[in-house]
Amino acid sequence: MLSLRHLAKSYVPGKPVLNDINLDIAARGITAIIGPSGTGKSTLIRCINRLVEPSAGEIEFQGEDLVGLSRKALRRARRRIGMVFQEYNLVERLTVMENVLSGRLGYVSPWRAWRRKFPPEDIARAFELLGVVGLAAFAGSRADSLSGGQRQRVGIARAVMQQPAVLLADEPTSSLDPKTSVEIMQLLADIARDRDIPVVINMHDVELAKRFADRIIGMSAGSVVFDGPPGNLSDATLKTIYGGEDWLQ
Amino acid sequence: MTEAAHDLAWRRFTPAQRIARFAVYLAIIAGIVVSIQSVEVIPEFLADAPDQVADLFARMWPIDLAYYPRGVHAALMETIHIASLGTLLSLVLALPIGLLAAHNLCPSTPVNLFAKLILVSSRSVNSLVWALLFVGIFGPGALAGTLAIAFRSIGFVGKLFGEALEETSHGPIEALDAAGAPALSRLAYGYWPQVKPAFWSIALFRWDINVRESAVLGLVGAGGIGMTLDAALNLFQWERVAVILLAIFAIVILAEVIVTVVRNRVL
Amino acid sequence: MTSAATALPFRSRTWARVGWLALAAYVVYACAQLDVSAERIASGLANAAHFFGRMFPPNFARWDLLVKGLKESLEIAMLASALGIALSLPIGFVAARNLMPAWVSWPARLVIVAARSFHPVIVAIVFVKAVGFGALAGILALTVASIGFIGKLFAEAIEEISLKQVEAVRATGAPFMSVVAFGVLPQVFARFIGFCTYQLDSNLRNSTMVGIVGAGGIGGTLFAAFQRFDYDYVCAILISIIALIMAGELLAMGVRAIFIDGLSLADLFRGRVGRLAAQGERHLEDD
Repeated sequence: MLSLRHLAKSYVPGKPVLNDINLDIAARGITAIIGPSGTGKSTLIRCINRLVEPSAGEIEFQGEDLVGLSRKALRRARRRIGMVFQEYNLVERLTVMENVLSGRLGYVSPWRAWRRKFPPEDIARAFELLGVVGLAAFAGSRADSLSGGQRQRVGIARAVMQQPAVLLADEPTSSLDPKTSVEIMQLLADIARDRDIPVVINMHDVELAKRFADRIIGMSAGSVVFDGPPGNLSDATLKTIYGGEDWLQ
Repeated sequence: MTEAAHDLAWRRFTPAQRIARFAVYLAIIAGIVVSIQSVEVIPEFLADAPDQVADLFARMWPIDLAYYPRGVHAALMETIHIASLGTLLSLVLALPIGLLAAHNLCPSTPVNLFAKLILVSSRSVNSLVWALLFVGIFGPGALAGTLAIAFRSIGFVGKLFGEALEETSHGPIEALDAAGAPALSRLAYGYWPQVKPAFWSIALFRWDINVRESAVLGLVGAGGIGMTLDAALNLFQWERVAVILLAIFAIVILAEVIVTVVRNRVL
Repeated sequence: MTSAATALPFRSRTWARVGWLALAAYVVYACAQLDVSAERIASGLANAAHFFGRMFPPNFARWDLLVKGLKESLEIAMLASALGIALSLPIGFVAARNLMPAWVSWPARLVIVAARSFHPVIVAIVFVKAVGFGALAGILALTVASIGFIGKLFAEAIEEISLKQVEAVRATGAPFMSVVAFGVLPQVFARFIGFCTYQLDSNLRNSTMVGIVGAGGIGGTLFAAFQRFDYDYVCAILISIIALIMAGELLAMGVRAIFIDGLSLADLFRGRVGRLAAQGERHLEDD
């Protein structure tokens, strides 16, 4: 469903952040990408929906290569890719409901969006999603009146609202306390299972990754050094990913 | 699954809010329509406008730069003095009024309101109109201009200064009260250090605006380069008008530069 | 003796003293330049008593002319604000350097700077030459002033938004205008309303003055009254102007309460002004 082939990215010429990444993401399950800071995890996730432009390579998503797409086609593709951010990135001054509905902006004309005339099915689904994430009572509250964990739930509802073919999450729990982190990961796992959406999560908490992911990809110095189920993740491998000097480069 | 209570309809605004917003839109549109109808626009003049503007610029060229040292420079300097003295005077006058208007310093609400009334009146009367007033009292000349600038600026400085005072933190004041400090010391050691940067920033800001204001006061006889401009306009000496406008533009830019530099270095 | 004991308890205040002395010296110098002397002030004060005597009581006899002039000033302010706001939105938006490329934002910024550089009265004089005496010149002059103010502040507000919120909306595949509507505008809307209401009040203040150079409104009536030494009529006009401007400020507070705090008309009548509206756009003064 999603394939990365020879993906590479350098912000500064000569200092690559991503080196020849080749990955195939299946149509179900949770994939966790782990690795130390600065190793390109975030860049990798953001290259998939081209929030960061790759320097080279192909991203095959549902049969088309995202890298060569025009702006219009890219927008259409992005509709099917949901994203959850580390700092939630909600529009703070809008209500929870408006934030969730913004997941449908790719499907509604700008004029109707401006006047907030969303189709009734979308509104019904928004209410349903808010129920799923446990925030039904907060539909009319302003986003900046919510706690961090609550905001991330809204972020997840927004992403799922797009009815995406894949859900990307860029360090979704890094700004949250340990208990809330587990709750959010559980929420993502439930959604992935109930709605059959593959999830690619980029995270730095290895224990959390081992607990919830079906597949773990370990990155070091911009390359994939481990790819397999959590059970195979030995301490020696972890040391290679985190502890060695390789990632210093 | 879906809760029937939600009605499956989502309203962005409550009905009461929608009525209020609609009322404002209606009032705005009604106001604009009525205004357009009653404002007299003579179509021939409007059609003529580009030609008139072209004619204006033609008459202004070549700019009479030689006129500057003789007729313009002294008036320009006078304008700067009017602006500076006027600002300084307004600081002296606005300080007590700003103090009286701040509720945390002067708890008496009628006094607050009276002080705020003075400030609002000062701001509502345009500096040009203040100039007319003072020209009537003191006769034409720079004195009228200086007082006009001062009295107009009182409202500006007083309002912003009052806001700065209302935002001071109570902690240091409490500490002074606990130590038994008298009222004047409370002001000098508790409030003044907190508002000092804001005060000088306000003063600079107002001086900048006053340079622009002082340049036009002469149009009603209150001294400065405005009087030179008025004379040149009345005599249709457009090349001189051009050099005067250029000079005004130059000191306005200069004042902005000075203010930016002082702001970055000192404040 | 330790150095602590010999150290001064206060920071050196020499620079501050020098500053105050320089200021005092300048005041003396400038007063001399301007021919401001004690005798002039004294004779002026004597004159002032006489002057105020002639101003009170205010004479509202010619109230029809007064109302006509005020109405024209109000109309000038309304139309100038409407036109100014309408033009400032696109110009200010385009001038925001974080959303637009440099070759687009710099010309817009230039337009805004030019609009701010000249005093509205001077601009009014030019427009009087271009379109003749009357309200149109006043409207155009104040429109230019509005663009200078709202355009600048709107551009600054946009440059201060959090781009992360915008990024998230873009990631949903929304078209550009939807990204603006959902990501950019909600972040600046409250401040924008504050700018607009402030500019309406500012235009109201200035519209009472452009009449002095022939650009319509009560300014002309006021100027004529001065020249005829009709000081009691002048007083009536001034009182009316102040009242009009105060009414304008109250209305502005109401509009802010409705749009920023979401108050209803019933709330306003009950006197609840709303937290944000009462603060206004604090520290917002430009003239």
